[in-house]
Amino acid sequence: MSTPAIETENLSKEYPFGFLNLKTKKSLENLTMRVETGEVFGFLGPNGAGKSTTIKLLMRLIFPTSGTARIQGKSIDDVRMHQNIGYLPEQPYFYDYLTATEVLDYFARFHNLSAGDRRERVAKMLQKVGLETAKKIQLRKYSKGMLQRVGLAQAILHDPEVVVLDEPMSGLDPLGRREVRDIILELKHAGKTVLFSTHILTDAEMLCDRVGVIVGGKLRGVGTPGEMVGIQTQGMEILFELHGELQKAPLLARAARTGERYRVQIPESELYGAIDELKAAGARILSVSQVKPNLEEFFMNLVEADRAQANAIDVSGK
Amino acid sequence: MKNVLTVATNTFREAVRDRVLYNLVFFALLMMGAAILVGQISIGIESSVIVSLGLTAISVIGIFIAIFIGVGLVSKEMDKRTLYALLAKPVQRWEFLLGKFFGLVMTLTVNTAAMAVGLFVALWTVKHSLTGSDVYILVAVYLIVLKLALLVGLALLFSCFTTPFLAILFSAGIYVAGVFAQNLRTMQAVDINPATLRMLKGVSYVLPNFENFNVMGTVAHGGVVPGALVWHATLYGVIYSAVVLAGAAAIFSRRNLK
Amino acid sequence: MRKDWRAGLGVAAIVVLGLTAVWRLQERIDAERHEIYEERDEMQLRSPRLVKALSLEYAPLMGAIYWTRAVQYYGEKHHVGDMKLELLWPLLDVATTLDPKLIVAYRFGSTFLSDAPPRGAGRPDLGVKLLERGLKSNPDEWHLYQDLGNVYYFDAKNYPKAAAAFEEGSKNPNALIWMKVMAAKIAAEGETPETSYTLWMQVLQTATDPAIKKNAESHLRLLKTDLDCRELDRLADEYEKKLGKRPTKMSDLVQAGFLRGVPADAEGYPYVFGEDGKAELNLNSPMLEEKLMEKK
Repeated sequence: MSTPAIETENLSKEYPFGFLNLKTKKSLENLTMRVETGEVFGFLGPNGAGKSTTIKLLMRLIFPTSGTARIQGKSIDDVRMHQNIGYLPEQPYFYDYLTATEVLDYFARFHNLSAGDRRERVAKMLQKVGLETAKKIQLRKYSKGMLQRVGLAQAILHDPEVVVLDEPMSGLDPLGRREVRDIILELKHAGKTVLFSTHILTDAEMLCDRVGVIVGGKLRGVGTPGEMVGIQTQGMEILFELHGELQKAPLLARAARTGERYRVQIPESELYGAIDELKAAGARILSVSQVKPNLEEFFMNLVEADRAQANAIDVSGK
Repeated sequence: MKNVLTVATNTFREAVRDRVLYNLVFFALLMMGAAILVGQISIGIESSVIVSLGLTAISVIGIFIAIFIGVGLVSKEMDKRTLYALLAKPVQRWEFLLGKFFGLVMTLTVNTAAMAVGLFVALWTVKHSLTGSDVYILVAVYLIVLKLALLVGLALLFSCFTTPFLAILFSAGIYVAGVFAQNLRTMQAVDINPATLRMLKGVSYVLPNFENFNVMGTVAHGGVVPGALVWHATLYGVIYSAVVLAGAAAIFSRRNLK
Repeated sequence: MRKDWRAGLGVAAIVVLGLTAVWRLQERIDAERHEIYEERDEMQLRSPRLVKALSLEYAPLMGAIYWTRAVQYYGEKHHVGDMKLELLWPLLDVATTLDPKLIVAYRFGSTFLSDAPPRGAGRPDLGVKLLERGLKSNPDEWHLYQDLGNVYYFDAKNYPKAAAAFEEGSKNPNALIWMKVMAAKIAAEGETPETSYTLWMQVLQTATDPAIKKNAESHLRLLKTDLDCRELDRLADEYEKKLGKRPTKMSDLVQAGFLRGVPADAEGYPYVFGEDGKAELNLNSPMLEEKLMEKK
């Protein structure tokens, strides 16, 4: 068993709150998990579940109440190991008055790079995240998406082995998100380990080797996206187009209609029968696909259950 | 140490681009105005008024910058979360803090030096010559810079554990207390019991005695500042600043960022 | 976590060592600063009218600030034994111009301006000037007449004027009875130890400022020795009448039953009889020096 890229053991964080800070709120409870080297690991959870808390604990921005964590086998207490880590904070914000080039150069200086090397990498990064044209403009004029890209750039500029991204897709338009996805895949192909948190489930499904689901400060499950939701399919879905009169068919009654397009779900066993029916009706079949329960449903169920439990606790007072 | 320099240069750059140095324009205008006005007053004290006014302005402007920007050094980075990305780099928290400190001190030095030039220009305009004893004006300016550095350290210290507003209040408060600290040592003890008196005296030593850096009275009248005083005041400023920064680093190292 | 306590120890060491060093340095700096002590910068503006104009509507506040500076100034000078006190008059001048109702400034000022060095500046004329200004703005403040009388009596040695001041002050219905008594006594006898003693007692009892009280106490101590010696001389005369010769030691008076014990001065040193047969202070007593300073 090789050293995992990231591992935590009973990592916990409590915050004092309330009147005179007498009460404590557990924002993270006994988190024990591993991220293996070279995998892309997604941290899923609703807002406030503890994803950012975990990441900030790993990056030593906040200190754990109890428990330990190690990155590449080294304790997180050693700041020097940050040489090999890249971090993108949630909603990044950088120095207003600097340009993108200057910001990247500034952050790069903390790594042991020669001046020439630094220059080269800064230029390469700017191109990679698509900020080549805006590199001389001061950051206070940047949009949120552009800032996100600067953040990503500074996270990977020094070619770290482990990359930690806190909500990397937030604030990006579909094009931007696609670019980030591409970068993450690139990193994976280069053998890097990527840990990112998100609440956009489709992204997690697409990118991650494994996901960990955090709700209410507790880790609810870890596994491949498929494992999380079970492999069984629930049937097939046909998307078809039909002009003119609806002809009587048991199928059509069940179809959901948008203009001249229809969508219907049927058990897998009935698939070929349905296709014949549609052929007879003169419909044009647009697509046939599997219906899988997805992460979203799994997720929603978990959140609901958690909320119910929390309410029960409140009511009973225990 | 390299990291400290990196943060320091960046802090300096921020101050410059943040138009902090625009106060120099105000100062220049003030000096020019004073030089003209003073020409109307009786002969003999113009230079002392210019020197007093100039040094006072340098000191006051410097104090404002030291406190307000000093408090903002850390709080702004925490508020705006620029600190997050930075601390994820292989840089220690104390390196960050020291870098901020030196960056602002650098800024203040440049600022003060520029104002000193303005002061000498105004002095020349009024006196039409500069005598040897005028070099002590530079000594007074140097001591002011020391004072400002100590104040920056204190502002940093307070901003590490309270809100910006309170940090400003505490910094200003300790500045005022520090100015009157030496009076605690010499006050007329009539109705106070000896134990309290001794305690007050002790407090007066621990408080930062900002009056140590004040030679305005001497210099304004063309007096001489003894080298020993300058040396001791320098030691005082450096050591006290080190104490304050050590405290700030200790506090900041364990602080949970929001 | 191991690194933590080492770092913590390091910080504690820096703080403790640093503050100790700072303490030591401070003492040296204090000494050096005193050597170059010059006028304070706020006295750049000596003209009271100018300061008043610059104070806008905050004149009373500024007056209070100048008054505070005057007290501190006196305190510092007194502390280091330097009695040049050049700035005392200007500071009080400005303070009372800014706020003519600062009674305490008049009282304090008159005491310490007029009193001879080392206690004060030795300028009774300035004390009178200050008080006259105070009386102009505060004619009902009979204490100022008391102070005026004291200045004339003790420092200017001008008994007619002193008597006149007490007389004037006694006209105030709030004034204490002794004012009138003093007026008459001084007009008749000039300076006597009993009168001096009474006057200082009155200052001690009516003054509120601690420095003034302390000053009065110091005067009273010395006067008491005069009074004690006079009383001892009187007893010695009685002894001579009874036993036919003058006593040479205090214990003679005790043995003869004139005294219950050997009397001592305020510092605890017993009085002795001098070669001329008159009672005087013990040679070892520090009060002797005080007395000589006063005579100067």
